[in-house]
Amino acid sequence: MPVISRDEVAHLARLARLAVTEAELDVFAGQLGVILGAVARISEVAADDIPPTSHAVPRSNVFRRDELRPGLEQQQALAGAPAAEEGRFRVPRILGEES
Amino acid sequence: MNTAATRELMDYDEVVERFDPVLGLEVHVELNTRTKMFCGCSTKFGAEPNTQVCPTCLGLPGSLPVVNRMAVESVIRIGLALSCSIAPWCRFARKNYFYPDMPKNFQISQYDEPIAVHGWLDVTLDDGSTVRIEIERAHMEEDTGKSLHVGGTTGRIHGADYSLLDYNRAGVPLIEIVTKPIVGTGARAPIVARAYVTALRDLLRALGVSDVRMDQGSLRCDTNVSLMPRGVVTFGTRTETKNVNSLRSVERAVRFEMTRQAGVLAAGEKVIQETRHFDESSGSTSPGRRKETAEDYRYFPEPDLPPIAPSPEWVEQLRATLPELPWQRRQRIQREWSLSGEELRDLVNAGALDLVAATVEAGAPSGEARSWWVSYLAQQANARGVPLDELPITPAQLARVIELVASGELSNTLARQVVDGVLAGEGSPDDVVAARGLAVVSDDSALIAAVDSALAAQPDVAEKIRGGKIAAAGAIVGAVMKATRGQADAKRVRELVLERCTS
Repeated sequence: MPVISRDEVAHLARLARLAVTEAELDVFAGQLGVILGAVARISEVAADDIPPTSHAVPRSNVFRRDELRPGLEQQQALAGAPAAEEGRFRVPRILGEES
Repeated sequence: MNTAATRELMDYDEVVERFDPVLGLEVHVELNTRTKMFCGCSTKFGAEPNTQVCPTCLGLPGSLPVVNRMAVESVIRIGLALSCSIAPWCRFARKNYFYPDMPKNFQISQYDEPIAVHGWLDVTLDDGSTVRIEIERAHMEEDTGKSLHVGGTTGRIHGADYSLLDYNRAGVPLIEIVTKPIVGTGARAPIVARAYVTALRDLLRALGVSDVRMDQGSLRCDTNVSLMPRGVVTFGTRTETKNVNSLRSVERAVRFEMTRQAGVLAAGEKVIQETRHFDESSGSTSPGRRKETAEDYRYFPEPDLPPIAPSPEWVEQLRATLPELPWQRRQRIQREWSLSGEELRDLVNAGALDLVAATVEAGAPSGEARSWWVSYLAQQANARGVPLDELPITPAQLARVIELVASGELSNTLARQVVDGVLAGEGSPDDVVAARGLAVVSDDSALIAAVDSALAAQPDVAEKIRGGKIAAAGAIVGAVMKATRGQADAKRVRELVLERCTS
């Protein structure tokens, strides 16, 4: 019983901007299926009234005060960038997407 | 180029005769907290690029976001002011995408658990009618960085060679306020949209949670518009117009989309669901990103941020901090100043309410303050082509002029000259009075001399007055006022004229 289809893997790969070959789609579908199957076993023991866990530690309202803290200098901020120009990160042109 | 984009616009009157518009307004407001949503970087506008960044807002490995308490308090206060329910428990969510305006490749937002839901805002239109705008939700998120597209011709993304990113704005607390679909506004849809954003801006300003500067992007509006033929109840396909950066543009963008979509539908074509861009100069919209497939942002609960669980006590504490809200203030002012609904509306529409209120605050009676702002000063502003609040006179200065009139030191005529002097940059009202020598001549001996010489200059008039023709006194009063350059108290002059002619 396939837990995840080949098409779903292809879709996820596209969303994640991963180049995946036809052969790899089969491989990953199989591997991901095993992982999902293992995770799905949790629902065998978790009843309907147990909500999915999003956080391992049961805490809430963890806040900081609205106080300035020193950050990075411009040069430090850009130090790890593959390309920079005029104090800004330079990125390849973006096609087909817009903010 | 798709053919629908070049369809003719339908005449607006025909649009509203044939179609019912449905609006949805999304307003993004940047909070005026000192620091960002999840880190201690400054939110100040206008700094050199990438000088207000840190490992957290740059999404560097090993960094951990922590929520700014002030930002949460602000959104709860916004929610309360909009009569929303505050969620007793909610989480942040990751919105995953690959556009480089967020260095993390995701934006922290809220998805299916917004902190505030189901409220409303009553909006008063220029004609005095009120429309209740239902609020769907208000949620917290972080603003994105700013992109600069280099190359190409338009500065837009299409045709650009590459882009430059400044992440100073990335992580600034952003609240998104979304209306429920607004139906039944008909021909008034564009002005309702504008009035809503105006009312929301005024509310946010009163709350003190944001600069609400549309020109600087701290208040931004996306307008969703669709049309349905009259009599139909299912919504048509909508478009979302972005880049609507002024109140006037909100109205124009809605109106334009109505006429454009009606033209498309009338030609038997379909409106394409897409994001459109508003062009300020032409007042039109142009197609942006197509929304052929629903976005797949793979939202999931943000694992790095524990949930927010505002206790009822905390919410009530915050409710107690709400200031007098704009509509409460208007009601109080109407009561205190004994205004009719129409008089109040005129004040609001003239942009004079705050100025009059400040003048009253500075000690002037409301009647005088109102009269100055809506008549003489409104004329001056009009003549200069500036908004009333940009006239170079402060409410406190005007209050001083009104005080000088009340104490008899200035006549109404002189008061106008003093105001003119202040507007001309000659200093405070007292400076102008001193420099121009404008104090009312109240020294009777000086006035008597002036009256006598006026009577001597017009012996025939003097004779008539002595013969009982009191109405003739006006000519002498006029002559005295002229001789004293308007600085005499006309009432006193008249008394003196009659005295001199009967004694």
